[in-house]
Amino acid sequence: MDGSGQMAVAERPGWMGLCARAPGARLMELVGALGPRPAFAWLRVPEIGSVMIRGRAGGTGAAFHLGEMTATRGALRLSCGTVGHGWVQGRDKAACEAAALVDALMQTGAAARVRAAVLEPLEREALAQRRARAAKAAATRVEFFTLVRGEDQ
Amino acid sequence: MTGLDALSGGFATPALDSARAFRAAMEALARPGTIREVAGAAPPGPLSPAAGVLILTLCDPSTPLHLAGGWDVPAVRDWVAFHAGAPLVAAERAAFAVGDWAALRPLGRFAQGTPDYPDRSATLIVEVPRLAADGARLTGPGIRGETWLSLPAPVEPLVANAARFPLGVDLFLTHGHRLAALPRSTRIG
Amino acid sequence: MYVAVKGGEAAIDAAHGWLAEERRGDARVPELTVAQIREQMTLAVDRVMAEGSLWDPDLAALAIKQARGDLIEAVFLLRAYRTTLPRFGASVPVDTGAMLCDRRVSATFKDLPGGQVLGPTFDYTHRLLDFALMAEGEVPPARERTAEPGPVPHVVAVLDREGLIQREAEGEGPVPDLTREPLELPADRALRLQALARGDEGFLLGLAYSTQRGYGRTHAFVGELRTGTVTVEVEVPELGFAIALGEVVLTECETVNQFAGSRTEPPQFTRGYGLTLGRTERKALAMSLVDRALRWRELGEDFVGAPAQDEEFVLSHCDNVQATGFLEHIKLPHYVDFQSELELVRRLRREAAEGATREAAE
Repeated sequence: MDGSGQMAVAERPGWMGLCARAPGARLMELVGALGPRPAFAWLRVPEIGSVMIRGRAGGTGAAFHLGEMTATRGALRLSCGTVGHGWVQGRDKAACEAAALVDALMQTGAAARVRAAVLEPLEREALAQRRARAAKAAATRVEFFTLVRGEDQ
Repeated sequence: MTGLDALSGGFATPALDSARAFRAAMEALARPGTIREVAGAAPPGPLSPAAGVLILTLCDPSTPLHLAGGWDVPAVRDWVAFHAGAPLVAAERAAFAVGDWAALRPLGRFAQGTPDYPDRSATLIVEVPRLAADGARLTGPGIRGETWLSLPAPVEPLVANAARFPLGVDLFLTHGHRLAALPRSTRIG
Repeated sequence: MYVAVKGGEAAIDAAHGWLAEERRGDARVPELTVAQIREQMTLAVDRVMAEGSLWDPDLAALAIKQARGDLIEAVFLLRAYRTTLPRFGASVPVDTGAMLCDRRVSATFKDLPGGQVLGPTFDYTHRLLDFALMAEGEVPPARERTAEPGPVPHVVAVLDREGLIQREAEGEGPVPDLTREPLELPADRALRLQALARGDEGFLLGLAYSTQRGYGRTHAFVGELRTGTVTVEVEVPELGFAIALGEVVLTECETVNQFAGSRTEPPQFTRGYGLTLGRTERKALAMSLVDRALRWRELGEDFVGAPAQDEEFVLSHCDNVQATGFLEHIKLPHYVDFQSELELVRRLRREAAEGATREAAE
C-alpha cells in the first residue's frame, strides 16, 4: 500500500480490497452494468459476521483488541469452474455477491473489461474522496507567524 | 490456493443448519449415550459427515483444532481452513480435536481445565467404526437410571477421564451421520 | 431469592405500544430516518459504536433511533446484536501511523512535520447557541486547500528517536479478549486497553479528571491527538493473503508524562495511550490518562490509593452495559426478597418492644 491508502489493483488482494471497501450500492451498479450476470453456484452463501480490529499499545507496542466491525463473506464458482471470493465491509449480501463475481471474473478472460468498467472507476472515486477530505483538512492547518516584538526595535 | 473439494461441502443455510446441529450436540451432551442424526456437511474423508457438522458448528478462528493421526491430511486441513477458519495446532493447545481413538490417545495431552475454570478444557471428536446403544453401561447426570453405548476400546482412558471430574475432557463419538456424547460427568461401568 | 411470577403481559404489551408511539413523537413532525441520524448525529453514532464495540454506522444509527436517543440503551442494543455475529477473525493490528488524518494536533510541539491540523473541531467555537440552526438553510462548502492525502508521522516518535521516552514493549503470544474470556486480575495492558476502549466515556472522563486534580497525578501533556481513517487488513485463511477489508475512523491520543526514573530506568518521559472507534476525542484523551495512571506497577511507581490507579476498580466498573444491567435490575420486582426483609424488621421491632416492656416490668 502506498502513502495515500491505495493498494495496487493489479494483484488479487488489491482488487478484493477495493471491492471490499467500496460503497455497496456503487459496486452493484458497476457490476450490474457489465451485462447479464454469469451463471454461478454458491460455495459459501454470503454470511454476515464480524472482524475484531486490533490496535497496538502506544501505536507500536503489543497488540490489543479495539472493537469489531461488521463484514460479509461468501464464495462462488462460475460455470467454467473459476472460484471467486467476496469479502466486504458491512452487512450487504448483494454487495458480497458482486465482489465475489468481480474476483472470479478477474481470473478469466473478462479481466480487462472488469478492470476498466468496475475497478478503475472505484479506484478513481475512492481517490477523489480521499483528496477532498485531505483538501479540507489542509485548509484547517495552522500557519504560525511570529509578531514583531517591541524590544527588538 | 485451496482445491475445489475444500470449498464445497459446507452448510447450505449456515444459520439454520448450525442452529439444528448445535441443538443436536447440546442434547447429546445433556443426555449422554443417546444417538442423534445430523446433516448438512459433506467433508472430505476420512472426516465423517457428523464430525464435519460438529466442526462447522463449534469451531471458528478462536477455537484451535487438532487433527489427529490420519485426519491430519491436506484435504481436511483445507476444508477446515475455508469453512471454519480454526487454527490447526498440536494437541496441547487444542480446544477441539478430531481423529480416531488410537490417534487421540493419550488424553492427558489435552487441556483438562483448571479448578477455577473447568471449562478451559478440550472437546474431542472421536471417529468410531461403530455407534450403537450397546456395550458399556453409563450412569450419571442426564441419564435416567442407566444406559448403554458402544465405547471405543480400550475403555480405561475414558474411565480415568471421568474420575478426574470436574477436570477432564468431553467427548463426542461420531460415525457417518450419527453422533453421541460422553461428557466427563458420565460414569462408565 | 428468585421466584417466578406470572402476570402483567397485557400491561407490558401496552407499555411497549406506548413506547413506540412516544418514540415517534408528534406525528405532525417528520419522522427521523436512520440515514439522517447517521449523517447528522455523527458523534452520537460514533460514541455508540465505540462503547458498543462494533463499527457499523447504520446499525448504531438504528440503535439510537430505537432507543429514543438514550445512548447507553443504544450501546446495549448494539452489543446484543454483536453477540449474534460469527467472528471471522481478527485484523492485522491497524497502523495508526498510516492514518489519513482529518485532525492532528500536538500540545507539546508547535512545529512538527505535517503541521497542526485542526479538522472539524468545536475547540475554538464560542459555545454560544447558534439560532441559525433552528432555521433550515444550506451550509456553505468547507474551505479547501490542495493537498495530496498521505500519512503524517507520530509526534512521539521524535522523542523516541532521542531515547527520551519509554519504548513500547512488543507483545508476544495470543492477544487476550474480554469478549471471550472473563476478566482476570491482574490484567495485562492489552486487556486494560480493550476494557477502556469499550468503557463508558463519562466514567473515563471522571477518572481522568480525578488524576488531573491530584488523585494519582500523572502530569500529562498531549503529545498528539489524531482522528482519521485507517485501513483494516484481514488475513483470509483460505486464500493465504491479507486484504484491506475496510476503513474505519479512529481517534488516537498519546500523552507524554513526566517520569523521574526508577531503579531500573533513567529519567525519561512515559506514555499513556488512548485509541477509540470513531470521532471520540474526549474519550481517547480520558483513556490515555487512565491508561497511564494504571501503569504505576510496571513503571515502578507508588500506588497512592487513587481510584484511577486501581485496576480492579477501573476495569470492573468502566463497562456501562454491565453497570446499567446490574443497576437497573433493582427496579424490577423483588417482592419476595423485600417481603422477607419486612418480616425481619417487624420481628426485630416486636422483640425490641417486648424487651423494653420486660425491662420496665422488672
